[in-house]
Amino acid sequence: MNTLRLLWTFLRVGVMGEAAYRINFIVQLFQSLLGLVTALGSLAVVFSYTDTLAGWRPDEVVALVGVYILVGGVIGVVIQPSMEQLIESVHEGTLDFTLTKPEDAQLLVSIRAVDIWEILNILLGLGVLGVALIKLKEAVGILQAVEFGLLLLAGGVIVYAFWLILATLSFWFVRVENILVIFQSLYEAGRWPVSMYPGWMRFGLTFLVPVAFAVTVPAEALTGRLTAGSAVGALGLALALLLFSRLFWKVGLRNYSGASA
Amino acid sequence: MPSKDDPASMGADMLVISVQPVPTIGLRANLIGLKDLYSQLMKTAFAAMLQYRAALVIWMISQVLEPVIYLIVWTSVTQASGGKVGGYTRSDFAAYFLVLMLVNHLTYTWIMYEYDYRVRQGSLSASLLRPIHPIHSDIADNLSSKIVSTPGLLLVSIVLAVIFRPTIHILPWATIAAVPAIVLAFLVRFLIEWMLALVAFWTTRVNAINQMYFVVLLFLSGQIAPLSLYPRVVQVVASVLPFRWMVSFPVELILGNLTPHQALIGFAAQAGWLAAALFCVRATWRAGVRQYSAVGA
Repeated sequence: MNTLRLLWTFLRVGVMGEAAYRINFIVQLFQSLLGLVTALGSLAVVFSYTDTLAGWRPDEVVALVGVYILVGGVIGVVIQPSMEQLIESVHEGTLDFTLTKPEDAQLLVSIRAVDIWEILNILLGLGVLGVALIKLKEAVGILQAVEFGLLLLAGGVIVYAFWLILATLSFWFVRVENILVIFQSLYEAGRWPVSMYPGWMRFGLTFLVPVAFAVTVPAEALTGRLTAGSAVGALGLALALLLFSRLFWKVGLRNYSGASA
Repeated sequence: MPSKDDPASMGADMLVISVQPVPTIGLRANLIGLKDLYSQLMKTAFAAMLQYRAALVIWMISQVLEPVIYLIVWTSVTQASGGKVGGYTRSDFAAYFLVLMLVNHLTYTWIMYEYDYRVRQGSLSASLLRPIHPIHSDIADNLSSKIVSTPGLLLVSIVLAVIFRPTIHILPWATIAAVPAIVLAFLVRFLIEWMLALVAFWTTRVNAINQMYFVVLLFLSGQIAPLSLYPRVVQVVASVLPFRWMVSFPVELILGNLTPHQALIGFAAQAGWLAAALFCVRATWRAGVRQYSAVGA
């Protein structure tokens, strides 16, 4: 509850900050739509030559693109801006101020920067997903919906923990933001079903950068492809990474001596 | 109207003086001066770049990842449709996307991001005071970064070639012709993107404009699929606009997909776009510098 209340506060601060720059809304809308056009355009070219891609039908891949945009939006709203700010505040020593607040520091650094216009991507992702599901015509049962929700949550947790681990590295290393940029560019690969990639790349996209668990696995739940193995794997990995990132954060924090002190 | 001693209009005049050596080749002294100028500019650029090695690596990852993803997409499509898609086999696609990756790398620029920063921070003011046109140091930057990164990319493409096993039927004439085609492609792309970068003089929303340009470039320069796989209309549009000549044309040449006649048409198109781009760059630069009022100047 406390987490939600804090997140709500930071969201409100974000809205107040951005309200002065309302034209950014139009700009972000335009850019999100361009991203969608690129994704759907390339699907149109590919599917003019084939009926299935790695066993996925066109509407199913559109659903996958919806999940991709949705998860990208979640990363963009709070995870990426907060982690970037965390790295910066470790550099500049301003993390000191956060540590003195009467709240869990990990919670604070994880939600304190919010890019509200990225919410558009969440809405857009949901929209694309909705259209794709209507076109698929297969009734998504309650079980599938629950599976999808759980796996989406697991995917979000995995991505969050992964970013937190990388950002925590900044307690020891200086140029960590570079690794984050690499993750951003590898995330692009998640726009396609991970099963399409050759083995070595699939391994990398599953375990080195968890794109598969963040995007493909939830989409599998919706399109009836989910195997028990990947469901358990996703939930297990989410829990393990969450615990590990917490531990790693604590160790890192102990290593932090403040740049200003 | 700006007065004669307004720094902005002085910048505009400098363009007239300094860009002259480039189109009017033949003045020996000018050329030697230009050579000295470039060797000095590139030395500076090298020194600066060595401080940003990590940025170079990151930039290369995204340069490699995108063609590899589309190569895998099309490989998967060929497997699903019995070995051939639009005349391309699996190893043809491998050849196409690996050559595309190299040509894209050689013609790539990042100048739009730079200009936005320069105009907003006012750091352009310093380069306006120099007696040479700022485009020269931008070209030198670009070339020196490519000298550093091309060996790395060649290494990556060898590894990728071992994995994806491309087949290329090399035609000697086409391979030789590809060299000037790549140079022309670079010049056309550089000038067009440099001109696009100047939009920063008029608006601070350059990211949206850049992204729009990149989407069009992605589709029409053959980075998602070989242009011959598109519907006829799209192919015509890509050939009428400069996009095909900025990336796809040298790739088609190297892969031996073009007849000598088609190659000549391609060179004519590149030359035409080069002339048009030079003209537009001059006009845009003059107008842009008048518009520019640096903060703190």
